Amino acid sequence: MLDKLTNGLDFQGHALLLRAERQRLLASNIANADTPGYVARDMKFAEALTAAAGGSGSGSTLSASQGDSTGRGGASQAGHIPLSGFSERSTLGYAVQTQPALDNNSVDMDRERAAFMDNAVRYEATLRFLNGKAKTMLSAIQGQ
Amino acid sequence: MSMFSIFNVSSSAVSAQAQRLNVVASNLANVDAVAGPDGKAYKARQVVFQTQAVGNDRAAGVKVSAIQESDTPGRRVHEPSNPLADAEGYVTHSNVNAVEEMVNMISASRSYQNNVEVMNTAKSLLLKTLQMGQ
Repeated sequence: MLDKLTNGLDFQGHALLLRAERQRLLASNIANADTPGYVARDMKFAEALTAAAGGSGSGSTLSASQGDSTGRGGASQAGHIPLSGFSERSTLGYAVQTQPALDNNSVDMDRERAAFMDNAVRYEATLRFLNGKAKTMLSAIQGQ
Repeated sequence: MSMFSIFNVSSSAVSAQAQRLNVVASNLANVDAVAGPDGKAYKARQVVFQTQAVGNDRAAGVKVSAIQESDTPGRRVHEPSNPLADAEGYVTHSNVNAVEEMVNMISASRSYQNNVEVMNTAKSLLLKTLQMGQ
């Protein structure tokens, strides 16, 4: 019963987690804008979200923790409960240099800042969707 | 909560850039110095940045791994009256290139601003997340 109430929130919850994760990646890229040899990283959000939303419950093709080779969603021991779905490790990619630099740093500050702002706005949007859903549900419960 | 580590990442970058700015200030202050504490001409210093893992996984901060002294030869000026002049009457000045240092300073301050901006954005997002459901 509670499942049916909260199922609608699940998708937005996954999206919010992934947005936070991407925000962190972009922050790392911006922080390392002057580090020689650093390669900028980013995720394919659509793919990550599809994997997170579609794979909820199974989590078989994804792994969440570092050094996890079992493929059971972060569970490295038999007794662990695997994380459902959510993971980004498999969808992380490396950014291609737009203007090659001598120090092999591939952070394009314009791109990173644009992506950071874009991601921040989308994070807020997701947050509003979540809030709206919760409010709808609450008013349905109260029947007023 | 993963967004909190943004503060660790950005603050490591901010402190690294602050150190870079510090070194630039030291270089610019010594641009005309003839002799350092050891009696030799001041050598320009440069910070070396290195990626540093923050927390458990992929979030990558920055640290200053080393401060290197530049080994380009210093400017030699003919000043026979200077007590620090050598046998031929030349005085060795520091090897600081003021133009390079100014460029370095602008780059460091822009990077600093960028990271502060990142922290501000992360803060406002986290605050809004705290208000979820209200």
